[in-house]
Amino acid sequence: MTTSETRTLSAPVHVGFDYTRSVGPVLGEFFSGLRDGRLVAGRLADGSVVLPPPEFDPTTHAQVTDFVDVGPAGTVQSWTWVPEPVPGQPFDHPFAFALILLDGATAPFLHALDVPRDQLEVGMRVGVRWAAERTGSITDIEAFVPEDAASAPLALAEGTVDPVTGIITPVNLDYVYAASPEESAFFRALEEGRIIGQRCPTCHKVYTPPRGACPVDGVPTTDEVELAHTGTVTTFCIVNVPFLGQKITPPYVSAYVLLDGADIAFLHLILGVDAAEVRMGMRVRAVWRPEEEWGTTVENISHFEPTGEPDAEFDTYKQHL
Amino acid sequence: MRNVAVVGFAQRQMKEFDGSPTMVELLVPLFAELYEQTGFTRKDIGFWCSGSSDYLAGRSFSFVSAVDAIGALPPVNESHVEMDAAWALYEAWLKIQTGEIDTALVYGFGKSSAGTLRRTLALQLDPYTMTPLWPDTVSLAGLQARLGLEAGLWDEKAMAEVALRSLSDAERNEYAVRSGGSSIDDLLARPLYADPLRKHDCAPVTDGAAAIILAADDRASDASETPAWITGFAHNIDPLHLGARDLTRAPSAAAAGSAAGVEGVEVAELHAPFSHQELILREELGLGANVKINPSGGALTSNPMFSAGLIRIGEAAAAISRGDAGRTLGHATAGPLLQQNLVCVMEGAH
Ligand SMILES: [Zn+2]
Repeated sequence: MTTSETRTLSAPVHVGFDYTRSVGPVLGEFFSGLRDGRLVAGRLADGSVVLPPPEFDPTTHAQVTDFVDVGPAGTVQSWTWVPEPVPGQPFDHPFAFALILLDGATAPFLHALDVPRDQLEVGMRVGVRWAAERTGSITDIEAFVPEDAASAPLALAEGTVDPVTGIITPVNLDYVYAASPEESAFFRALEEGRIIGQRCPTCHKVYTPPRGACPVDGVPTTDEVELAHTGTVTTFCIVNVPFLGQKITPPYVSAYVLLDGADIAFLHLILGVDAAEVRMGMRVRAVWRPEEEWGTTVENISHFEPTGEPDAEFDTYKQHL
Repeated sequence: MRNVAVVGFAQRQMKEFDGSPTMVELLVPLFAELYEQTGFTRKDIGFWCSGSSDYLAGRSFSFVSAVDAIGALPPVNESHVEMDAAWALYEAWLKIQTGEIDTALVYGFGKSSAGTLRRTLALQLDPYTMTPLWPDTVSLAGLQARLGLEAGLWDEKAMAEVALRSLSDAERNEYAVRSGGSSIDDLLARPLYADPLRKHDCAPVTDGAAAIILAADDRASDASETPAWITGFAHNIDPLHLGARDLTRAPSAAAAGSAAGVEGVEVAELHAPFSHQELILREELGLGANVKINPSGGALTSNPMFSAGLIRIGEAAAAISRGDAGRTLGHATAGPLLQQNLVCVMEGAH
């Protein structure tokens, strides 16, 4: 988190997932070939030989079924220097990407070149440097290198004979997430043990967390309003299903709490009561973590728990369901 | 066909936007500018359409949050494209053609600075055989530029001329992120970055948003004294497989230009994020030496993702509104290496 000198709060966010797909019959041939140390291209209706094979012929729109081995050496058609590699690229030191016309192919193939910059030139002959372990992935080719430094693929591990049917591509992205000015004010107040909302100057509704604009009127919400730490459960759900990243053991209750003084409900946990007893209209209060643990986060509020007051009348929250 | 015109245009382009990736706080004043220009209120807008991408924001459903800026209660007629908002403009234009609505507000937004843009864009490639190598946007453009250099289709000087004209023209654009003309010799003396590209051959990472109001027939004449009437609008796509096309060309740009009718345009705002791509587009669109290219400075001087193409159309419409030209063209591109191209041709009073 940045300091309060800046207009908005920001924090790093990492987004990661494994892109997991079946490869189908055409790319299956290509990936099985790589796993076996071969470069498998597709021959198209117009006679062109393309690597990787396109799944469908761009002219006839028929599935590509004619496969042919090309390479393993070829000629550099174009190259570009990568002075500042980004995560995930084949090397973390400067290298080149290239379009390589493999022997026997009619269209270029994109991959990396591990060649010193002063030796790079269009027309240079290159060959494959295979990865030590091949799994049926484009990265089974570690890089292309000058033809005389190319290597034959090492033998596969025993028992690796089945065709490649799927790939897993890890995708990892890093961002700096910035809160809006209104959200930033909300998080800064939480660090002081306060819950604030903002009032729309047109319809006078109070939103918490505050929004960049009133969704009814499309104007910025401007007036800051301090809200009570008590409210009414408008609706809830009992979570019985375990999922990735879950911090509390099911069953537990996730609920919308309409804080007193607010016009929009606030999503949080209801604890300190048997899940079966939680009901619409139940009066609850915020339970804060110890002050020394507070930061600019909604986690400062550990959960909500029943106040023991009588339930709210339905009419007091029926507009907020 | 109904007569439809661009009647309002507002934009922001900046090096870095200090705020939420949903950009609600940026969109609200943009919409206010459009209401001021047209005399419309949000209740006059029949359809809303936006262009943006969650990958740029690093946040799911960012376009849903942006809808707050519209004022979406009671519910509005709304749509979104995961494309430059120029394509959202096409959707809106089409919807007006159906007769269902007479007016539309189209907006695009993107906070490129939230992540590493050239890396994030590797996700628009084939996820099986290309994305695992993370070929970044600048590297791909470098490969394309060298193919043209080797084939003798352009040279370094022609690329520098594009950059020089863009940087000089951008001095008059208050939103340009980069500007300042010097000389061809000065530009060619600067170091190579992604050889054969220098930094001035590549669009700067830019945050920003833009919005346009479209209106049909009398609604357009009511909203603007100088509507920019759309006379042709088309978009086409080339194969994603980079081996399946000649990378020194963009047949989809030629097809879109031909369908939209580019003859007689006096000003062309081309969305070319790399200097050599402007040379490709001029060739494919058949733009002669008498056509003024990118008087705004173009994408080489600021390139806010998901609105840069819409801005080209807005700038081309503004050239008509200012009386600088009678017939203009706005172009947008998307996908790797000019894979997808859109052309919108506009005319003044008719
Ligand atoms: Zn309101």
